[in-house]
Amino acid sequence: MNNLSIIFRRELLSYFATPLAYIFIVIFLITNGVFTFDLGGFYLRGQADLLPFFSFHPWLYLFMVPAIAMALWADERKTGTIELLLTLPIKLSEAVLGKFLAAWVLIGIALVLTFPIWITVNYLGDPDNGIIFAAYLGSWFMAGGFLAIGSCMSACTKNAVIAFILTVSLCFTFVIMGSPILLNIFPEWVPQYLVDAFSTLGFLPHFDSISKGVLDIRDFLYFTIFITAWLLASAVVIEIKKAN
Amino acid sequence: MIKIKNLTKKFDQFKAVSDLNFEVSEGEVLGFLGPNGAGKSTTMKLITGFLSPSAGTVEIDGYDIIEDPIKAKALTGYLPEGAPCYEDMSVLEFLSFIAEIRGFRNEDAVARVQNVLDLVDLQTVCQQSIDTLSKGFKRRVGLAQAIIHDPKVLILDEPTDGLDPNQKHHVRELIKNLAKDKIVIISTHILEEVTAVCSRAIIINSGEIVADGTPNELEARSKYHHAVVVSFSESYNPQSDLSELSELVVVEENGNASFTILSSNKSPIFNRISEIAQIKNWPISEMHVNRGQLEDVFRVVTSQMREGD
Repeated sequence: MNNLSIIFRRELLSYFATPLAYIFIVIFLITNGVFTFDLGGFYLRGQADLLPFFSFHPWLYLFMVPAIAMALWADERKTGTIELLLTLPIKLSEAVLGKFLAAWVLIGIALVLTFPIWITVNYLGDPDNGIIFAAYLGSWFMAGGFLAIGSCMSACTKNAVIAFILTVSLCFTFVIMGSPILLNIFPEWVPQYLVDAFSTLGFLPHFDSISKGVLDIRDFLYFTIFITAWLLASAVVIEIKKAN
Repeated sequence: MIKIKNLTKKFDQFKAVSDLNFEVSEGEVLGFLGPNGAGKSTTMKLITGFLSPSAGTVEIDGYDIIEDPIKAKALTGYLPEGAPCYEDMSVLEFLSFIAEIRGFRNEDAVARVQNVLDLVDLQTVCQQSIDTLSKGFKRRVGLAQAIIHDPKVLILDEPTDGLDPNQKHHVRELIKNLAKDKIVIISTHILEEVTAVCSRAIIINSGEIVADGTPNELEARSKYHHAVVVSFSESYNPQSDLSELSELVVVEENGNASFTILSSNKSPIFNRISEIAQIKNWPISEMHVNRGQLEDVFRVVTSQMREGD
């Protein structure tokens, strides 16, 4: 067992040692239900798929994931345990990755616990389970993207509430990046290919195609690179900010 | 062996630690003294590799803390200021986590944890979550995580801060027992602690070393070194009797018919004072020689610097 998995286990254990993990999972499931059945019109559509379920995930993650992420590093710095952690014989990358993976797995657990809706749709009709599986995976990867931003924002400040607000704002930007609201701010003279490139940086185009069953390796690659970049940024920020 | 060369740490324009040079070898217990804000904690954070220096090097047993951080950190046990712990874990879970990170597995890890629980006397609370513990217990948990792997180098930032006298005594005994073949560096602003546990003391002020020596050597620098304290059973003024020694001594009145007779050149004067006392038939109730006061030295060396600024 290496350092990464020891840190990962400690973090995950910590989530379940406090009510945090349970509250997160329960709220996640309730909100998911409300979104899918009330707002999404799951029954009214009369189609055997989980599109209404998944299409709300970006908006659900927008608030749920920063709530998990805000404490990742802010609390370590506030309580001083960061000094303990980083003077142990481990690499900074192991700490950053271990903490990230623990939070990501917690979100994964919450996501897996939505399985009754999968059973429901299989009971009521004959959905394409391959697409559903891909969408679940895509949703989890997108949550990872939100979480990686949160990890970096949490490293920026000792104050978890500030980390929360920063993360929500940044995640919101990435969610609406492909939408007209943001694209309209580009002046006329900006070449179209730049605007297109900008809009593909957002979460939605990638998540939409995965959740519709278009399994393009590039969409997963996008999230993987996105997560890696933000985790690297976290490490850099921790290195700079740990002194104060 | 710890070698510290030209160690400097700047925060923006402020020099927290400036050009420190010293070495500590096995068996030494080094007391790190200084007023608040002198750079004690920053120095410890540099030695343990939490912060990286602006200039200079720290070498722990031949491993540079920047070049070889993992090896250097593996040799070191560190109690940060305020003894931070993961408070939502139980004592047992927390120490098991540290033991695993320190490279112990399965029965080995269990044995280490049990051993350290006995050593710092934590068996009774080992199932409790750390945030429910009193300050003294929390400090002991912090100490336990620092010594769990029997490190060669032990760095303790204010290990007895906020403890009651019994707990302080216990922690000092523990440090003394641990110290035999280790390097221990303790930062403190409690001077009695230095005389109680340290074999060497360094006083720093504004990030610079202003005194370095054994507690005895430092005490000898006090103006009270070899001073004679005399208490009289009735009111009596020894000033006139000492006029023949006026070149050699200075008399300070302490109140309550007690006087301190300072030796101007810090040479022993007890014999001559006692001769005079017999001849003049002083009504003495108590008389003893002062070894010197660390507190006095501390004040002198740390205030000189400020005036010099």
